[in-house]
Amino acid sequence: MATVLQDKARVLREARLDIEEFNYAYADTLDRMDVDGWVEYFTDDAFYHVVARDNFESGLPLGLIYCEGKAMMKDRAFALLNTEMFAPRYLHLSITNTRALSIDGAEIRATANYTLIETLVEETSRLQQAGRYRDVFVRSADGGLKLKERICIYDSVMVENCLVFPV
Amino acid sequence: MDGNGQVGNGGTNSRTGVWPTDDTLIPDWIYTDPDVYEREVEKIFLGRHWNYVGLDCEVPEPGNYIRSYVGPLPVVVTRNTDGQVHVFENRCAHRGVEFCREYRGTADSFICPYHNWTYNLRGDLKAVPFRRGVKGKGGMPADFDMSAHGLRGFRVTTRGGVIFATASDETEPLEEYLGPEICAEFDATFDGTEFKLLGVHRNILPSNWKLYQENLKDPYHATLLHTYLTTFGLFVSSNESNIPTDRLGRHGGLLSRRPEGRPDVSEDEQSNMQAFKQTMELNDPRVLSFFREFDSKWSGSVLTIFPTLTALRQTNILNTRLLVPRGANEFMMIWTVFGRADDDEEMTRHRLRQNNIFGPAGFLGIEDNEALKFLQDGLRKSMPREGLALLGDDDEPTDTIITERAIRGMYRYYRDVMGF
Repeated sequence: MATVLQDKARVLREARLDIEEFNYAYADTLDRMDVDGWVEYFTDDAFYHVVARDNFESGLPLGLIYCEGKAMMKDRAFALLNTEMFAPRYLHLSITNTRALSIDGAEIRATANYTLIETLVEETSRLQQAGRYRDVFVRSADGGLKLKERICIYDSVMVENCLVFPV
Repeated sequence: MDGNGQVGNGGTNSRTGVWPTDDTLIPDWIYTDPDVYEREVEKIFLGRHWNYVGLDCEVPEPGNYIRSYVGPLPVVVTRNTDGQVHVFENRCAHRGVEFCREYRGTADSFICPYHNWTYNLRGDLKAVPFRRGVKGKGGMPADFDMSAHGLRGFRVTTRGGVIFATASDETEPLEEYLGPEICAEFDATFDGTEFKLLGVHRNILPSNWKLYQENLKDPYHATLLHTYLTTFGLFVSSNESNIPTDRLGRHGGLLSRRPEGRPDVSEDEQSNMQAFKQTMELNDPRVLSFFREFDSKWSGSVLTIFPTLTALRQTNILNTRLLVPRGANEFMMIWTVFGRADDDEEMTRHRLRQNNIFGPAGFLGIEDNEALKFLQDGLRKSMPREGLALLGDDDEPTDTIITERAIRGMYRYYRDVMGF
């Protein structure tokens, strides 16, 4: 019995290490504003949702960003890079407290906390988002991970002006 | 955030309110001066105006409530057990505590946490602990009248599911307040349909609240700032459009009709749009699909209802925006996004997908918020002068699109109310 529990803990710990690696690369991609690269962390049918915590807890589905499928994420990436006007900024996305919660076949359910600090020209750095990811990862045949679902539930309900890049 | 109106200000305008005689000039001080802001609270938000405070679909059941605002003043909007909507100050009648701290909820009473004064859903004072003191000592004066110490309420009216409040007994009925031109467009969206709340966005904009109303009265910027609109064919300047205002100039509309198929952008138009790119196809074109659902020729309708409401119907996006001033240099925006009560799951998802265009991370929302921040920075930091609103003519046909007529109209009314 002890070995079964130890095995389960070991498997989750290994999954967590993989997810941490994934999340560090993900954060680096967004810090570099490489939104085309960001899209590639997702499966074709992925769901990406940035939702205020009060809406989420009230069962209200409105998203600050709401993407059903990679095609919508590609359109957002294109719009950001080619049509959008916004002030220059530095981005600093930190992903912490990562936990793998359960594994079911190729799917891993996981959570992590995230904070996005934004710095604009001649302004002090400010917290743009503090939130929590609710993730579903899938492991492909080659062992790599992709996000099938990332729901970003942000506590920072009062958005500072606007959220330009995804989190 | 207040108090920067004086930077570099050698003149007297910012405190005396001398408006230039030329009404195409709008002085900087109306956006930055804390005295002007205080006067707006008195003359506009607490004056003879209907202030939008929320939607019926946010308080659908008896006992439901939301936090909201009349101008900068926190209020609670409730639905009483008899179905009536009430709006009262979120400020205990005793010591002034802002007692309601939740975004939304359901309650049968409100209890101020400080001394447990208790109010019903109408805002009437129902209980005062230790009213008679303890052991015959202390307590409230014997003649304390509970009925005279309720929460200060506002007069309420609703139309088509939209809730308005006024502090004045003299404000005319809403239909008259809106005027026939704007009321007709308001009714085209709020046509008696039962709506369903999809969610609320909140953001802080470091800008004066009036600039947001101006922005939505300004069709000139639409295709110049918002390249997304032209790139994906949602709006181009040659679309059939109309820009009605009410008789007093305080409310306005930007109405437009999206043509079937590809937009027709002339070379002349393209040469005027620096950022124009040949119209592209989205990878997921569902975002821009349009399911006709209202009895209106306009696929896009933005109404600016003075002082602090904008109501948007753009393709299948339905939202209201409440501007909550927080001093001269900042306001909060509350976006309430809704669908129809009888939407099926796919229609709800369609609206959610389409809402990527608006909101504080929307393709248009990002740009408007950034532009208004830049604008306030310019007004707040530079040597004071006037902004220009020169385009178009005041007696032009209302289908003129490259115009600032509606901005001038709002300021004619504003000057009248403010005594400038």
